[in-house]
This record gives sequence, C-alpha cells and structure tokens, in this order.
Amino acid sequence: MYVAVKGGERAIENAHRLLAHKRRGDHSVPELTLGQISEQLGLAVDRVMSEGSLYDRELAALAIKQARGDLIEAIFLVRAFRATLPRFGASEPVDTGAMRVQRRVSSTFKDIPGGQILGPTFDYTHRLLDPALAQGFVPDALVTTEASTAPTPRVTDILGRDGLIESSPQAEVGASVGDLTREPLNFPADRDLRLQNLARGDEGFLLAMGYSTQRGYGRNHPFAGEIRFGEVEVEFSAEDVGFAVPLGSIALTECQMVNQFKGSATEAPCFTRGYGLAFGQSERKTMSMALVDRALRARELGEEALAPAQDEEFVMSHSDNVQATGFVEHLKLPHYVDFQSELGLLRKLRKEFTDAQAPDAMKEAAE
Amino acid sequence: MALSYEVVYYHRQLRCGKFCQRFGDRVTQHNNQQAQRKAAMAVLAHAEAGEIAARLRDFALPDHQDLRTPENGLVMLRGRVGGDGAPFNLGEATVSRAAVRLASGEVGFGYTLGRDGEKARLIALCDALVQSRDFGGAVERDVIAPLREQLMIRRKQAAAETAATKVDFYTMVRGEG
Repeated sequence: MYVAVKGGERAIENAHRLLAHKRRGDHSVPELTLGQISEQLGLAVDRVMSEGSLYDRELAALAIKQARGDLIEAIFLVRAFRATLPRFGASEPVDTGAMRVQRRVSSTFKDIPGGQILGPTFDYTHRLLDPALAQGFVPDALVTTEASTAPTPRVTDILGRDGLIESSPQAEVGASVGDLTREPLNFPADRDLRLQNLARGDEGFLLAMGYSTQRGYGRNHPFAGEIRFGEVEVEFSAEDVGFAVPLGSIALTECQMVNQFKGSATEAPCFTRGYGLAFGQSERKTMSMALVDRALRARELGEEALAPAQDEEFVMSHSDNVQATGFVEHLKLPHYVDFQSELGLLRKLRKEFTDAQAPDAMKEAAE
Repeated sequence: MALSYEVVYYHRQLRCGKFCQRFGDRVTQHNNQQAQRKAAMAVLAHAEAGEIAARLRDFALPDHQDLRTPENGLVMLRGRVGGDGAPFNLGEATVSRAAVRLASGEVGFGYTLGRDGEKARLIALCDALVQSRDFGGAVERDVIAPLREQLMIRRKQAAAETAATKVDFYTMVRGEG
C-alpha cells in the first residue's frame, strides 16, 4: 500500500527550475522551435501522435520539446492533454483505398495496379552516418515525373476478388464500436478493441511481440501484402450541419499482412490476414501491429494459443507505455511507510529465527 | 430538418405513381446546395486561416454574427478492419468548430482539424455565404475557386514528386546475378 508523504515543496520547486534550465541547455545554442521539431523530427512527432492517440502535429512537437526528447514522457503529456477537451463525436471511418499515396510497396506482387512507389524511405540506404548533415546541408533538387491518374487499389482487394484471401469482417447492423477510453477492458476483447489498443500501443513492445511470432512463438507465416503511407480525407457527421462535414486530411500508414492459409471441410483454403494502421509515417509500428493482430486471432481461427503474442490479456494489458511507465516509475516515489512496515516485519522474523537457533547453540556449547 | 421529411414524401409519391414536380425540384435543389457546401468545406479545411482571411479581405461582407463562438474539442477518428471491414477507433484528433449567421438568416458551420478557432469561424462565414442567394456566386468565384486551384497545384506537385520514386522490380532467374 502506498501512503502519501508531505513536505519537500521547496526542493521540488527548485528541481523543476533546474529541469527547465537543463531543458534549455547551453544558451549559446539557438532554442528549438516547434516548427523545427515538426518539420525536421517528423517521425518522432508521428510516434507521439500515434501512441499519444491524438492527431495534432503542433501539440506533439510541443510535448517532445517539453519532454526533452523523451518520447514516452511526451506521449504521457499528450494523453493528459486530450483529457482536457470535450469530444464532439466520432468521424466517418476513413477510406484508405482512396489515400493520396506517397509510398506504397508490396512484397507479394511486383506488378500491382498503380505501381510500387518507394516515396520517402530509409529502405535501400546504406545506414552510414552522413557527415554532410552535420552542418548546413542542402539536399539535391527534387525530381518530378508526370503522375498517373490510375487508382491504387489495396492489394488485399485484388486478392479478395478471386477469393484467395479472407474478406474483412463486416460490422453487424446496429453494432456499436468499442472504445477503451470510455469503458474498462474486458476479456475476451473483440477485434475493434484489440486494434484500438494496438494502434496506441508502444512501438517497441509491439515490435518485440511481432518479432517473437517470426521466431516461432506463435508462427503465422507473414508476407507484407502491402504497406501504404499517404493522406486520407476525414469526414465528421455533425448533427447541427446535417451532413458529413470534411475536416481536412490526416497522414496514415496502413499495413496489410497476408498470412498462412487455412481451410476446412466446408471452406476452401484461403490466406488469412493481419491489419495495422497508425497516424503519420509509422511503418515499423504498423507492420508489428499487423503481426500481433494476426497472432491475437489464434482463438478465432482455431489455432493453438500458447505463445505470449497470442495471449490477448497479456498483450493488451502490457502494450500501453503510459500505463507501464506509470507503474514501473512509481517505484521511485517515497515508499517510506510501506518500507518501514516491511522492515519491522523482517526484524521480527529475524529475531524469531535467532531465538529458535539459540537453544541449539547453547546445547552445542554444553556438549 | 423539414426537408428530409420531404425526401421521404417525394419517394412515396413516386411509389404511388404520383410525381410531384414542385417537391422534386426542392429536393434536387437541397441536394445540390448540400453538395456545393461540402465541396467548399473540403477546400477551406485545407487552407490556412490567413489564406481564407486574405481572400475575404476584398469581399463586401454582409452583416453577420457568431452563432457559436469558436470551440476546440476532439473527434475520435475511425478506421476499418482490413481497410474495408467493420469500423474501429484509431485515435482522436483536435477539431475546432464555429457557427455564423448572416443578417439575412443563413447559418454557416465551420469544422476543421486542429485548434485554430479563427479558421473555423472563417469557414463558417464562407459556408453561410455559399448558401446566400446574393453572395453564393461571388464567394465561389473570389474565395473558394482560387483556394481550390492552389490546393490542386500543391497536390499535383506532391504527386509528381512521389511519381518519380515509382519503381519496377524485376525477379531474376537464379544464377543470372
């Protein structure tokens, strides 16, 4: 049990003042602007938006600055902020098929309608540190080509036409969409709740879980059917307006994992799938999410669920880095009363132990 | 919304084989205006508050008042399982909203991603103007159309930059190296 302590106000205030100075660092170095963070550390902003579960580039940049670049602390700040605003409602589900694609690759088909588009990627770079970036780097002029107007259908839609892959589960009429920010989690959890949990889950945790399935702990033989990144339009059915109002667009990454096939006496075999979706350009996150989403479907697909990645209670209870850090880091707060009672108990037990030994020792001495 | 009842009525009339021209026209008109408002909002939501304000500066604005002063809040963004399946909650986004009424009675609504209340108010003002008999044409010509053109130029440029990274993978026969 945690018992509160009092005091230390002045030390706390001074510590926060010191933190503010450390955050600012050497004054001869220019102060970071939110624009610089948002533009030049864009992927950190994307991660904070995804796991902070709030799409707002400027707020995420502010959180990163305030947290001195500690992304989990920044995510915590963003989560706390979202609790201060009223919710107007929920958007219409976004259409990733209509995405203005900036990157789109498939490892399953080389010729896909709309083509493979590398976009801004670290893939195929040599991972050598570039000294040119150390100061005043100006990139080479951009190359442009006439863009085709051909649509870019999802690869899974193409496979789906021939029945080679399972179709996405459709909502039952009148079914509400689960929201773990409103109701406490109960197990077993449906896929909508699982995906919401994974979408805001820690990238490192999901990466490790996804990796574990590849190494054999709940193997599901994945192919990256498609990874796409780009902008989608958001619409919101505002009651006062009377129709779905365009709100603007957001950047999303989507991963369609194509997994081992399954069939039965009554159903022809077809590929199964795992799905990943996250704010911004978050490829590692969405790929890991898709692997774990597929692993968590073990029960539904009649697979033996023995590995950690297939255990939804384990995955969903430990994926949230704000919850995790809260519980781990609370250990450093004063536990003096708690510890004093343990100490008292331990002294008593030790005394009992010594007393029990004492007659033996006396007997030995007598002999 | 009186008009939505008229839509139902309109269909019943059709089913009974009685086609009422007057209702039909009003429904079409209503749907047209709705499509026009939505198209204008889709452009305005992508513009900066400053850009909209600059376009409205030379506009002879009619009297208007705030019906709802700008307010910030959240909208839960939804995706679909597999991209095309049942919806799920992905995460929230900040949204600003406002409502403006013209002296002539038209009520405009402004919704936009982000926390720029002034932008929401400007969108609401434009939405009211789009519905106005006297200003609808002018706001389309002087505000929406130029902003749409800028948006299209930006999108075309981005698409051309992306297109340059389109790749053709060749599968090699083993040993071909």
